[in-house]
Amino acid sequence: MEQLLSLFFDYKEAIFIIALSVFLGIEVISNVPAVLHTPLMSGANAISGVIIIGGIILVGHADLSRFSVELILGVLALFFGTLNVVGGFAVTDRMLEMFKKKKPTKTN
Amino acid sequence: MESTILQTIPSALATGDILLELSYLVSALLFVFGLKKLSHPETARNGNLWAAAGMLLAMITTALLHKNADGETIKLTNLLVIVLAILVGAVVGWIMSHRVKMTAMPQLVSLFNATGGAASALVGLLEYPNAVAGNYGSIAVTVLGLVIGAVAFSGSIIAYGKLDGKVKDLRLSALTYINLLMLVAVVVVSVLLVISTQPPSDMMWAIWVLFAIALVYGVLFVMPIGGADMPVVISLLNALTGIAATMAGFIYQNQAMILGGIFVGAAGMILTLLMCKAMNRSLIKVIIGNFGGGGVGVDKEVGEMKEISASDASILLNYSQKVVIIPGYGLAVAQAQHIVHELDQLLESKGVDVRYAIHPVAGRMPGHMNVLLAEADVPYDKLVEMDDINPDMPNVDVAVVIGANDVVNPAASEDPSSPIFGMPIIGAHFAKNVIVLKRGAGKGYAGIENHLFYNEKTRMYYGNAKDSLQKLVAEIKNM
Repeated sequence: MEQLLSLFFDYKEAIFIIALSVFLGIEVISNVPAVLHTPLMSGANAISGVIIIGGIILVGHADLSRFSVELILGVLALFFGTLNVVGGFAVTDRMLEMFKKKKPTKTN
Repeated sequence: MESTILQTIPSALATGDILLELSYLVSALLFVFGLKKLSHPETARNGNLWAAAGMLLAMITTALLHKNADGETIKLTNLLVIVLAILVGAVVGWIMSHRVKMTAMPQLVSLFNATGGAASALVGLLEYPNAVAGNYGSIAVTVLGLVIGAVAFSGSIIAYGKLDGKVKDLRLSALTYINLLMLVAVVVVSVLLVISTQPPSDMMWAIWVLFAIALVYGVLFVMPIGGADMPVVISLLNALTGIAATMAGFIYQNQAMILGGIFVGAAGMILTLLMCKAMNRSLIKVIIGNFGGGGVGVDKEVGEMKEISASDASILLNYSQKVVIIPGYGLAVAQAQHIVHELDQLLESKGVDVRYAIHPVAGRMPGHMNVLLAEADVPYDKLVEMDDINPDMPNVDVAVVIGANDVVNPAASEDPSSPIFGMPIIGAHFAKNVIVLKRGAGKGYAGIENHLFYNEKTRMYYGNAKDSLQKLVAEIKNM
């Protein structure tokens, strides 16, 4: 029990962030019209490509003096992350472009 | 003034570190702001760009300012490798997203989700040897990032295959138990890794085994799921990728990753639950995948299906006042979105009131029909959600069902023995007449008999949706 409590204390900032972010996520998404479910999912998908930051850190501090499997996998991670981010935002933009070109007669 | 502030901060913290953290704060806020704007039709496109700007900011500041444990920034040669990898990824991603046909959109979103999961899994795999045995927290997040990322990756690849028609649903009653077993294996190996007292570099075999099991589990978990459950699973996989990114964020104590990831995870979970609610099914049931499995559908036929010719159908439509079109996955498969819009404009020009009734889980991803019809320039105020159209259905002269089945099956509200009992449906059977466009006389995805097709008021119009609609348009034009 004591260990558990100290674990909480060590990670208190992170736990605060998580708890509040979950509520924020729920708050932002609730009451979204069905029209926007697909672009919203696609946009959120692009944001989850934030793993790309991890890829940058990984490759950034990798040892480039010798060839290794780790290096290849790291570069691959970076490549995949970029695909997620760039592809995700671009495809979302394309979807939303279709919604935009019409003038809606009423909004909700 | 600034220098005095900086001097009071321990010397280990340089301006660069402060700027980096500040940029992460800005990025995180841009994600939240962007997603918020994405949830309103008017501001959605801007919102997407704001979120993208947040991502770009975090990428640039990380590349320029990040320091490792020894306080070294990223070297120029490494920076070159990073820029090159990103450049290649960006070009490929851009081309893919611009070449794709709008009808193939669900597949592509799924594929991009897979790449995000793969990146998280790889980061976990590569950071594991750097973890310290006994530090439960740090090993746990590494292992979790790896497992969740791997499941999201292989699961999304299978989802991609299914949406693209390359992978068929696989339903074996044994699969439920195999999946349960796999899940237990994942948990056991994960726990072993976390509590192991051996240095992680000696446990590499175990992390590779875990990686392999997680990949296989992802495949098996999506394999039996299909049809109307697809939007749920796509959304769930999306949430998983976000959670995996959060776990990786903990490895680096990186606030942008933690916040961005968990935010997407929470949003994805909510969307998943919304989809479940739209089908009146629990998430557990979707995952176990007992939808129509084992032939529960009672095959008591009620009468015969009656066919209608193109000319009779066009006469019926032409002399109606109110027509409601109910699209389903068949519309997407036949790529008939443009021709259906042509039909709707033609009828409108003859004074017929035409609207579209959109079921929340029609199609293969959340909001699939909306995107499809938007591509064909159907104004979005003509798309009416299920709850809004249902009270008006008895006043509708003709309900035109195009490639939809389970979402208009009255058994969902009338037959307690039906596997889909309790799922809210669009009340097509309340309309005065029903025309069903269907490829053949077979059953829908769930293998459940649809009593709507045998209804007195219903006429079946067989054929590929696109060809059938073209014939209708031609007939009505000649009137």
